[in-house]
Amino acid sequence: MKLSILVNEGPYQHQSADSAIQFTKAALEKGHEIFRVFFYHDGVNNGTRFAVPPQDDRNITDQWTKLAEEYELDLVVCIAAAQRRGILDENEAKRQGKDGNNIAPGFRISGLGQLIEAGIQSERLVIFGD
Amino acid sequence: MSEPWEDEPEGPVRKFMYVNRRAPYGTIYALESLEVVLIAAAFEQDVSLVFMDDGVYQIKKGQNTEAIGVKNFSPTYRALEGYDVEKLYVEKESLESRGMTTDDLVVPVQVFDKDQLAALMEEQEVILSF
Amino acid sequence: MAMLHTVNKSPFERRTLDSCLRHAVKGSAILLIEDGVYAAFKGTVVADKVKAALSDHKVYVLGPDVSARGMDEDNLIPGLEVVDYGGFVDLVVEYDKVQSWL
Repeated sequence: MKLSILVNEGPYQHQSADSAIQFTKAALEKGHEIFRVFFYHDGVNNGTRFAVPPQDDRNITDQWTKLAEEYELDLVVCIAAAQRRGILDENEAKRQGKDGNNIAPGFRISGLGQLIEAGIQSERLVIFGD
Repeated sequence: MSEPWEDEPEGPVRKFMYVNRRAPYGTIYALESLEVVLIAAAFEQDVSLVFMDDGVYQIKKGQNTEAIGVKNFSPTYRALEGYDVEKLYVEKESLESRGMTTDDLVVPVQVFDKDQLAALMEEQEVILSF
Repeated sequence: MAMLHTVNKSPFERRTLDSCLRHAVKGSAILLIEDGVYAAFKGTVVADKVKAALSDHKVYVLGPDVSARGMDEDNLIPGLEVVDYGGFVDLVVEYDKVQSWL
């Protein structure tokens, strides 16, 4: 089945990101297709490569990056929510005149339309939030 | 000669429901979910907006946010009609338990009781919660 | 068209479980995840409410979230079914759509 996931909260602050990762992994292991994982609200904070969580615990961003690599996942960070919260790729940094960018590998920044498209094109949309 | 976007083929139309259960300003969910609805309007899906629990406060009249230093986004609900988002529902029990009536609201809505709302939810294909 | 409802907050912190149960039609299923699993146990003030829900719904609880919280599966309200993340996926596929009560 074709599934999409919406992650509404940032890593560590809420369990949403972890639950989303575990669900996504399980779905992929069962042979389902993940059409898109969309990050909204504070969920965009899953997409910063500058997080340095303690070594003896999970690195959520890395988990997403590795999953994306292994299964060619489409991880999309909402541009509006990202602008509010300071998640930038190279293009956005240039456009906004910022002196750096922080998007993590495997993530891309795009519009809310990508969420709607995921809702239209997928057979199920599963939401993880607070 | 038609513009490229006018040639867009008609895609599937799915029943989308946006469920709003949180009060405005205390958290960002009300504002950012409204932003989804506005962007989503371009996709011409069959959209229903539900306000229940504290979500009914989102469309309360008379919001004056000057003293909290936050933008008042309640006028935006009046713009929904212009985006062809016309199916707005408010839960009767949520209104009444908060001592409110439809006279307190900035937009015209249909009042559904919890059972009518439950039935409406069952009809949907994609349900978004924030 | 049966729905899968997920509830992820504790019934003692938030009224999400209440809202969910008030809007879940007969035949829809409820899955308790994250802090929502606290509603799944005997001896709490919400146990009767959850027990009553069983007459109209299948109620599932996410096992990994139960063990994480040190809760005892032997103390679950009888009739609730434990699933793992694979089971969560199966439920999402089995039911027509998912509504997350946050």
